[in-house]
Amino acid sequence: MLRLRGLSKSFAGLPALRDVSIDCNPGEVLALMGENGAGKSTLLKILAGEHVPDSGTVELDNEPLPLGSPTKARRAGIRIISQEPEIIRDVSVAENIFVGNVSTGGGRRFDRKRLTAAAHEHLRRLGLDGLLQPEARGQDLSPAQRQLVEIARALVDTPKVLALDEPTSSLTDREADALFTLVRQLRDSGVAVIYVSHRMAEIFQLADRIAVLRDGALVGERSTAATAEHEVVRLMVGRDLSGMFVREHAADERVVLTLEDVTTDDVSGISLQVRAGEVVGLAGLVGAGRSELARAVFGDVPLRAGRVLVDGQPIELRSPRDAINAGIGLAPEERKADALLLERSVRDNASLAVLDRLSRFRFVRRGAERELVEGLATRLRVRTPSIEHEVRKLSGGNQQKTVLVRWLARKPKVLILDEPTRGVDVGAKAEIYATIDALAAEGVAVLVVSSELPEVLGLSDRIVVMQNGRITGELTRGEATEERVLALAMADHLTGAS
Amino acid sequence: MTQTQNDQRLDHAAEPGAVSTNGAAARFARLRVPFNQNTSLLIALAVLVTIIGVQAPEFFGSANLRTIGTTIAIAGVLAVAQTIVIIIGGLDISVGSITGLTSVTCAMVFTSAGGPFPGLLSALAAGLACGLVNGLIIVYGRVNPVIATLATLAAYKGIAQLISDGRAQGYVGADPIFIFIARGSIAGIPTLIWVFALIAVAAHVLLKYTDIGRNLYAIGGNDKAARLAGVNLNRYIIAAYCLTGAVAGFAGILLTAKTGSGQPVSGSEGLELYSITAAALGGCAMQGGRGTIPGTVLALVLLGVLENGLNILGVNSFWQNVAKGTLLVAAVVIQQRRSGERRIGLPR
Repeated sequence: MLRLRGLSKSFAGLPALRDVSIDCNPGEVLALMGENGAGKSTLLKILAGEHVPDSGTVELDNEPLPLGSPTKARRAGIRIISQEPEIIRDVSVAENIFVGNVSTGGGRRFDRKRLTAAAHEHLRRLGLDGLLQPEARGQDLSPAQRQLVEIARALVDTPKVLALDEPTSSLTDREADALFTLVRQLRDSGVAVIYVSHRMAEIFQLADRIAVLRDGALVGERSTAATAEHEVVRLMVGRDLSGMFVREHAADERVVLTLEDVTTDDVSGISLQVRAGEVVGLAGLVGAGRSELARAVFGDVPLRAGRVLVDGQPIELRSPRDAINAGIGLAPEERKADALLLERSVRDNASLAVLDRLSRFRFVRRGAERELVEGLATRLRVRTPSIEHEVRKLSGGNQQKTVLVRWLARKPKVLILDEPTRGVDVGAKAEIYATIDALAAEGVAVLVVSSELPEVLGLSDRIVVMQNGRITGELTRGEATEERVLALAMADHLTGAS
Repeated sequence: MTQTQNDQRLDHAAEPGAVSTNGAAARFARLRVPFNQNTSLLIALAVLVTIIGVQAPEFFGSANLRTIGTTIAIAGVLAVAQTIVIIIGGLDISVGSITGLTSVTCAMVFTSAGGPFPGLLSALAAGLACGLVNGLIIVYGRVNPVIATLATLAAYKGIAQLISDGRAQGYVGADPIFIFIARGSIAGIPTLIWVFALIAVAAHVLLKYTDIGRNLYAIGGNDKAARLAGVNLNRYIIAAYCLTGAVAGFAGILLTAKTGSGQPVSGSEGLELYSITAAALGGCAMQGGRGTIPGTVLALVLLGVLENGLNILGVNSFWQNVAKGTLLVAAVVIQQRRSGERRIGLPR
């Protein structure tokens, strides 16, 4: 049996997991639930050996599991099926399944026929034949098929522990049914299964026990038979961050940002308005299409239909440059990958979007630049030895503030913030919230994408909830509760009333 | 990145945790060089100059110093251009061929037009056109810059040989302008060195003090971030290759003046690798975003001194190549250590 004891893990001083102890027995399906960021993925990554916990132990069949080594975790019989399957594009499904174990007899000689036959047999045994052809190439697979390859790969030999991270998010009903059958088979053969999902219906169908995480801590364990959906939802929500938020003013009547029927590859028919001085929260589960919508409004992904208006003027969005010129700013979700020049200074990062305004005859007026950046960095309390300091050496919170300085310098009419406090410590969080409030007070229209419910509730004047690329509801600040937002975000997945 | 995760998951690759706690290799990996690239280059230069100077005092003679300067001038011009392209995360290995093509163009236009200025302008225009073609292929053909300029390296060389019939063209050695470029001097410093110095200073100012330079560094440092901050990537990338082509046109002019005629191939072959060597030695990161003109210039001086010193000391020229190669590897390894590059998977 798998025994987790006192697992804690922080990232850059920010606790992701606090003293979690859970058991998972052979022949049992344990569902792991919790909001985005509750610590489920961190827990799975510790099991997988990708993260080393700050404290705590993992035991498997009374043997301590060496932590922090993917190889050893695998050898001990632990298999994690991640949300994003890793597929080698240029080789067949058979090779993808047996990667790492390709030589199936005959020394190092690669026998394609034999491998394909073995893959056929393997898929048949798993009940996935008919859904996946061993001869198909990795690059031709649908997202669902990729997920199935990932599952087949993990089950080349029978594991002791199998963890699945939202395995059905890309599957159709038929594929999901095949997966459920497989999971039950594995359970009955004595595998300990950890199942992470947001889909209540699935959980109640499949799981024997439900463990709920909130803010990195285990807040409840229930036997599925003895609990109900609304109780699980109640356990998932209910954080108290109210002291951190200030919302002091009322929004104008003047509409600044208008989306009319915006449709892209990932979202469809999105219409919404943000008024001057208003903070609108975009809530939803990961994968609901919120970031994709933000990127579409910013001109980073093409619109298939609909239009975006700023101050009533339609803008033609061919690139982010057009959006910026229309007065829109975006602080993207992945700030290291998409926003920061990690090896350049705070100054270079902060002034990047305003260099044109700071330059005379193309020469950057360094004095004006320094004054602007230093002023805003002080206002946002960016903690850095000087503005010449390299951004990669700053903490997550200060990096995020640097991105905010970049957009404040531009004085946008509309500011879109995608997960503005992800990976940010509590102190910096409060400062970022205060900045957002101050910006709104200055008349900026703010759209905040956030997966943290208390944050959305605390910041927003109005909350728009999305699911599967569509808006499923809108709540005013007064109406919104965590339960109601979550109910809208999971609308398709909830079976009964909540 | 995906590949790396893949490898880890499938247990092929070393584990990050294990590497950093494991033996001498890890200690070496954690080693940080305490000073910056330029300081290391200056120290290397000082050591080299001392060793050579002690054994051969004639090294310090003004004639010899002039020789070093004029030797590095042509390759130096190309190294400056290369620095700019590498900063945006690209590479231009066609610069040598462009130099040959513009040299031939310059001499042939000079001969047929009967004056130096049409020749000079045609060289610059031809260089600019070559650079534009490179940029268009890379941006709109979505071709990796190494492959794109590898192709144009061959193509431009071929065009130069076609129009020149493979032979040196024209004779410019009697024209006062070309004589001035090749052998003249201002304030005791040869014109070749002046041209190189002016181009280097202009590039330095562009990179360091203008918004264009900032955007070039931003593109090389993180192109997605640059795009999301409103930088027009395509325009900048094409412009950088155009600039490189035009600067290679200057190199072509210098080559023509120095040799007295248009040289389609000989005289410019190998300069592309020399220019990349100098830029890398000078601290340019091949993935872009890092590098400076002063660094490249210092590296050029170091390479020039090395070559010249070994000549004076009578070292076999085959050994000189080995020395150059060793120096480059040492410099780049030190640079990687300092930047704390990830230690699993292949370097990018």
